[in-house]
Amino acid sequence: MSARTELPRWVTLALMPALNVALAFVIGGLVVLAIGESPLEAIQILMFGAFGYGEGWGFTLHFATNFVFTGLAVALAYQAGLFNIGVEGQAYVAGLALVAGLAVDQIHWSVVLITTTLVAMALGAIWAAIPGYLQAKRGSHIVITTIMFNFIAAAFMSYMLTQVFSRPGANSETETLDAIGRLPLLREFMPFFGRSPVNITIFLAIAALIGVYYLIWHTKLGFKIRVLGQNPNAARYAGISAVSIIIITMALSGALAGMVAVNEAVGVQKRLIIGYVGGYGFVGIAVAFMGRSHPVGVLLAALLFGALFQGGQELNFEMPSVSSDLVVIIQALVILFTGAMSEMFRPALERLFIRAKPPPEKAVAPAPPANQPKSSGEQGSGQ
Amino acid sequence: MKPINITAAALGGLALAALMTASAVAEPALIYDAAGKFDKSFNEMAFGGAEMYKAETGNDYSDLEISEDSQREQALRRFASRGANPIVVPGFTWAEPVAVVAAEFPDTNFAIIDAVVDAPNVRSVLFSEQEGTFLVGALAAMKTETGTVGFITAFDFPLLQAFGCGYVQGVKQINADVNVLQNFIGTGFDAFSDPNTANEIGISQLERGADVIFAAAGGAGEGALRAAAEAGKFGIGVDSNQNYLFPGNMLTSMVKRVDVAVANAFTDQLNGEFTAGTQIMNLESGGVSAAMDEFNEALITDEMRATLEDLTARIISGEIKVHDYRSDNSCPVS
Repeated sequence: MSARTELPRWVTLALMPALNVALAFVIGGLVVLAIGESPLEAIQILMFGAFGYGEGWGFTLHFATNFVFTGLAVALAYQAGLFNIGVEGQAYVAGLALVAGLAVDQIHWSVVLITTTLVAMALGAIWAAIPGYLQAKRGSHIVITTIMFNFIAAAFMSYMLTQVFSRPGANSETETLDAIGRLPLLREFMPFFGRSPVNITIFLAIAALIGVYYLIWHTKLGFKIRVLGQNPNAARYAGISAVSIIIITMALSGALAGMVAVNEAVGVQKRLIIGYVGGYGFVGIAVAFMGRSHPVGVLLAALLFGALFQGGQELNFEMPSVSSDLVVIIQALVILFTGAMSEMFRPALERLFIRAKPPPEKAVAPAPPANQPKSSGEQGSGQ
Repeated sequence: MKPINITAAALGGLALAALMTASAVAEPALIYDAAGKFDKSFNEMAFGGAEMYKAETGNDYSDLEISEDSQREQALRRFASRGANPIVVPGFTWAEPVAVVAAEFPDTNFAIIDAVVDAPNVRSVLFSEQEGTFLVGALAAMKTETGTVGFITAFDFPLLQAFGCGYVQGVKQINADVNVLQNFIGTGFDAFSDPNTANEIGISQLERGADVIFAAAGGAGEGALRAAAEAGKFGIGVDSNQNYLFPGNMLTSMVKRVDVAVANAFTDQLNGEFTAGTQIMNLESGGVSAAMDEFNEALITDEMRATLEDLTARIISGEIKVHDYRSDNSCPVS
């Protein structure tokens, strides 16, 4: 702490990400300018599309719900030092929960919700625990195995949907959930949300955010997960079993990933189709890193990506010359600047704040003990 | 960050409201399927149909690519509420959303390709792909010298199985002893854009003795066709007429006139002749065919041509019934 001046917390946690997002939008704006459209108008359309009216909000929140689940899945595993790239496949396999939902869709939507949630979480957990086991017991690297499991999931689900659960006469999709068993959409109580697909699963996402926060920082298991993630050797000397922690963490991560099935397949599409996950799992990686693997950060990053997905579609609609590929470019720039180059502004900000502050800081504040139990939001940022 | 967004959004909203009222015009709209506009195949043909309409009538159209499945209804509704008419969507995945939105906008006409939506304002266009692939299968069986032909498609999927099943039936019609190698490129829709794997599979089929390869895999198919061309063997293209890709090594292409379906829907609306209900685009109506042009005429002998015409006539008359895989999810031959 003495050699390197710490930036104030609000700078690392709020100002730096904000600057990064702003920079991404500036560069994105230049790209828009290059194809001969007005960047200001583009950003207006994007913002209006995402937040300007109820239906836009609804879509933003719907996408954000998916990103909260996938982002938390990546973040939780990362707390244990595990890089779970298999969220896409875990969510895909968990989609089979819809078949369980079909079996009970004549009773009540709450039964469908409970059944599909439990089955989806179990399937996601199993699909993630296998790479976890291979990592813990056999030393197969989790990055490689989870990527491979994405491919296996794609092949497995393609087989299941084409050969096992396919509705006759349809192209590889299951039956559709009966109206009795469909999850309530928020618009049924709040007309504000227009015709958007945001549904009650959003409350499960909020619960998951709180639950992961509580698990990581307020339980013994969470402590073990963090110790393992920050120093595997220390964990071993402390008597923490890396094998069980890795498998449990991966299972929990996969269970979170599986929740995408409840929101997207059960809640919105109401049937299971080929490739239903559509990349939410991979975006979850960006969401987790941008959110510094902290539930609050994941929430904000999920909202940002939800807004980009919804606003991007609006932009594509209103500005036909802005193709969907360009929207992907803007999204990629946000990932680049907030994820890969997130520390870019640190030296400049340090210079700025050191020049502005040194005398009063030294005079007033005696150096606090270095090992304050700070939230690992900051610890994550150093990685 | 959020307060800033809301202010910007409020400002943007005002500008956008002005923008939207200015651009409300009743022109036809086309919304592509998830593979995107330029997939060198199905969606691109739909785009070609819209361009055909534009060139012929001088009228404009709107189009849109969607990026997420949950945006389908939203996209349909936005075009409908803006007065677009008709709204054409290529791809069976549109069936649910079209059924929902068509009921909300009874005065707007919709057309869906490759699926049936039963509503008074929806035209459902179905193709009898199996009849077209039957013909190219017959050609392959007549051309092969090794007694082995290949079929490569994207992944195990009823629509694609229907292509393969028709092809095998065509082959067996000519010579029941010809062996058909069948391979998938991948396990999902991304396989349509994987020409490298298609190329590898093409090479593998050539090594196993195939000398004619039918690649029914959208943009990926080109990889397999290249493998055949480089080995001095023959390829068969799909969807659009791909004979020009490797002149001299392209036996034919199984053409599926998605473009005609799109252009028809647009033009019918313009002329006040739009009809709902199911339209079958088959061999008889020219919806599917085996492409003949200057690039492959040297490869097709008079005898082959005569046989092809004979088969065409017999399919149209109903004498030959080509089994549709989708009717019972199985194929009588393999």
